[in-house]
Amino acid sequence: MNQRFSLNVNGTAHAVEADPDMPLLYALRNDVGLNNPHFGCGLAQCGACTVHLDGQPIRSCITPVSAVGDGKIVTLAGLGTPEKPHPLQTAYVEEQVPQCGYCINGWIMTAAAFLKEKKKPTEAEIKDALSGLKCRCGTHMAILRAVKRAAEMMG
Amino acid sequence: MTKMEKTSAFSRRALLKAGGALVVSIGMPVGLDTVLGVNAAYAQGARPPLVPNELASYIAVNADGTVSAFFGKMDMGHGLFVAIGQMVAEELDVKFNDVKVIMGDTATSVNQGGASGSTGVQLGGKQMRMAAAEARRVLVEMAAAKHALPADQLAVTDGSVHAKADPSKKASYAELIGGRYFNVQLDWNKEIGNLLYAPGKAKPKPYTEHKIVGQPIKRADVAPKVFCQEDFCTDVKVPGMMHGRMIRPPAAGSEPVKVDEASIKDIPGARVVWQKGFLGVVAEREWDAIQAAEKLKVEWSPSSVAFPGTAGLYDHIRAAPVRKRELGANVGNVDDAFKTAARVIEAEYEWPFQSHASMGPACALVEIKDGKVTCWSGSQKTHFVRDGVAAILKVPTEDVRTIWVVGPGSYGRNDAGDAAMDAAVLAQAVGRPVRVQYMREQGTGWDPKGPASIHRARAALDASGNVVAYDFVSKGFSRIDVLMNESNPADTLAGHLLGVPLRVNDGFGVPAEAYVFEHKRSAWETIPPLLDRASPLRSAHLRDPVGPQIHFASESFIDEVAAALNLDPIEFRLRHIKEPRDIAIIRAAAEKAKWETRASPRRDQRGEVVSGRGIAYCQRNGTRVAVIAEVEVNRTTGNIRARKFTVAHDCGQIINPDGLKLCIEGNIVQGVSRTLWEEVQFDKQAVTTIDWLTYPILDITEAPETIDVVLINHPEVGPSGAGEPSIRPVAAAIANAIYDATGVRIRRVPFSPDRVKAAMA
Ligand code: FES
Ligand code: FES
Repeated sequence: MNQRFSLNVNGTAHAVEADPDMPLLYALRNDVGLNNPHFGCGLAQCGACTVHLDGQPIRSCITPVSAVGDGKIVTLAGLGTPEKPHPLQTAYVEEQVPQCGYCINGWIMTAAAFLKEKKKPTEAEIKDALSGLKCRCGTHMAILRAVKRAAEMMG
Repeated sequence: MTKMEKTSAFSRRALLKAGGALVVSIGMPVGLDTVLGVNAAYAQGARPPLVPNELASYIAVNADGTVSAFFGKMDMGHGLFVAIGQMVAEELDVKFNDVKVIMGDTATSVNQGGASGSTGVQLGGKQMRMAAAEARRVLVEMAAAKHALPADQLAVTDGSVHAKADPSKKASYAELIGGRYFNVQLDWNKEIGNLLYAPGKAKPKPYTEHKIVGQPIKRADVAPKVFCQEDFCTDVKVPGMMHGRMIRPPAAGSEPVKVDEASIKDIPGARVVWQKGFLGVVAEREWDAIQAAEKLKVEWSPSSVAFPGTAGLYDHIRAAPVRKRELGANVGNVDDAFKTAARVIEAEYEWPFQSHASMGPACALVEIKDGKVTCWSGSQKTHFVRDGVAAILKVPTEDVRTIWVVGPGSYGRNDAGDAAMDAAVLAQAVGRPVRVQYMREQGTGWDPKGPASIHRARAALDASGNVVAYDFVSKGFSRIDVLMNESNPADTLAGHLLGVPLRVNDGFGVPAEAYVFEHKRSAWETIPPLLDRASPLRSAHLRDPVGPQIHFASESFIDEVAAALNLDPIEFRLRHIKEPRDIAIIRAAAEKAKWETRASPRRDQRGEVVSGRGIAYCQRNGTRVAVIAEVEVNRTTGNIRARKFTVAHDCGQIINPDGLKLCIEGNIVQGVSRTLWEEVQFDKQAVTTIDWLTYPILDITEAPETIDVVLINHPEVGPSGAGEPSIRPVAAAIANAIYDATGVRIRRVPFSPDRVKAAMA
């Protein structure tokens, strides 16, 4: 049975009527109209669907919409804008990271949460924090350059 | 437009109708152009038919003077559209930012083959370059007519034609033709696809005058991607759209015999589409479609399919009948040379099926409205998708438009084309637009696979240790069980499931290198597919189709021969190469990597972790690549760390060096992934590697620490391809480095820890 939920996404409340078991990903993509979290696996194995829930990166493909409560959801679109970019977004453009770009969401959202906690991380720490995320195109070298660059920008 | 021009344009069209296409160039004594005015002859208000021999099919000058370049290929993320923009801007003498490249929409571009075989610049760019050069020529002639000056006294700066002697005498492209279309015919070679070539009369600029080509211009699509302003094909929605999901049989070869629609009656709006073997569901909401696909009760026919299973794969290939054999190199008399050899070195190598395993499973959307079909697809080849969709829906090709929207990763003939066909069948069946996205297990389990193969190599040595004969043969599944595009239902899952059998096509390949041996033979043999329709193991093009497998074997073997002769691997290679560009590329890599001349393996290491270096080199359609890998091998765990790569790359003329470097990095990393981890596994009736756990790829913690790229530019020979060549030698470079480190030769991919450990035991 569908239920009504109020989702706080990028600072705005959205009313969503859905099966409580439906993963948050589909609510964000199809009900809220945010395309940036992507479906990559639906199995918490790739990161393409990553969003922040109260500052923590979560995989929205396995998070039931009913489990979100009044937690604050931030998506890549809410992380920064061309006018006020997040350092990772700036670094991604500077480093020209993506090939297809389908994986961007997972890497930036995961790295953003990590860099908020960890100042001046080592290369090994960055790699560990991003381990498990997938990029099938193999842009790992550029991803690492961009995260390092953003880490520097964030001091 | 002035009244006068309108009239001329009209008469021109009338004339064209009556007398066929004829454009007379300036300088002819009394031509049509002189009567009508050159502007009217070269420019017209209505777009000419979208055919390969019309200049307007490639280039248009907009009212504001910006240029639209209509490109029948598309960018798989290497910044191809930047390179094309550079080439077009260069030839037209306009600012780079004034060119917009519009890719892969069948309503605006002709079929230039889509993304295919690293030909984006090599062939697609060549055509765009010729078209742009012709457009410039025509525009200069129009300006010449306007100012009554000979064309050779005019120059072009930033889209403005002016007299060399008096820059105040000028006419901008916008004034000359802006907002109208070229009416100029090209000399088309009557090919479509990659081979399409239709030059005009103009010659492109000599490379010495290039100002925009060769610049490291950035991609303009990265910012919109990171700021979520650009749609992927997964994001496209149209009013009234339903969500579809496909249901694949649990065992290959099974078909649905009973479908219990009541089993999903509780899911709002869910409907079943069942036609022969084709089974899908649609629903208003995506989650409902997923639920319906999961809950639908289906009874499947028993399958008589008996795959050899992963363990039996290579024995199966060895024993399988040969469908087709083709020779590559054939110099001297190899068989006789082996009979008299003092020593023969032999080895056999094995490469598994591999999956595209694109970042997201494929997605497509099809809308059928008023008899017109529109398909949004991430396929590499939208023009062929158009043909396939038309065929499966049994509608005329002209009634189908396919719009390319970037997909979730593409490295060849992946699942994108199948998704487009499925969406078309579903949309027609339910009379509503349908968006289909596959689930992960379908993306990895049911995509067309890179073919598995074995490779046998032999070298005959004379008494003093010279290689006198070389013999190399690959035997494997065809690279084109299903063709590289989806223009025919016989090459798609939907086609197979609706009863169109696979028409097997045979294709493989031979090593591409420049080794000279007195007697030399290379050949390939294909074997029958494992199943004649709807097979999860149907084989097709996967990035650098069969290149990684062939060169893993051929370049490992060259190293084996060098080692047997106790020679440095580079020294041995150079002894047998005469081609200057090939020699140069190997030397460039060696120099950059500070290669130390000595034979492999090194024998000076103790301890758990040992390191080694290895080289591999190859060609690909004119491009040359040499890769040196430096690896660490953990002798206890069998774990390989591919730490450093040095890549020397010569693809002729470099259009954009920064884009090229990124493209090479991606090739290397994907190559490492496929070498160390990737293997499609299967049992008697199904593929069992169906997600990222069962089909692992390289993790960032395993990525190389360094990839050094040396680019060699040969502007005088024109550009060749770069999208794939550098993935080719990666596996062999790693295998050779492992041998250098350990003295152990790994002849089967992937080099997973278990396999390496077993090989070292
Ligand atoms: S889609 Fe959520 S982790 Fe892959
Ligand atoms: S850029 Fe394509 S998957 Fe990362």
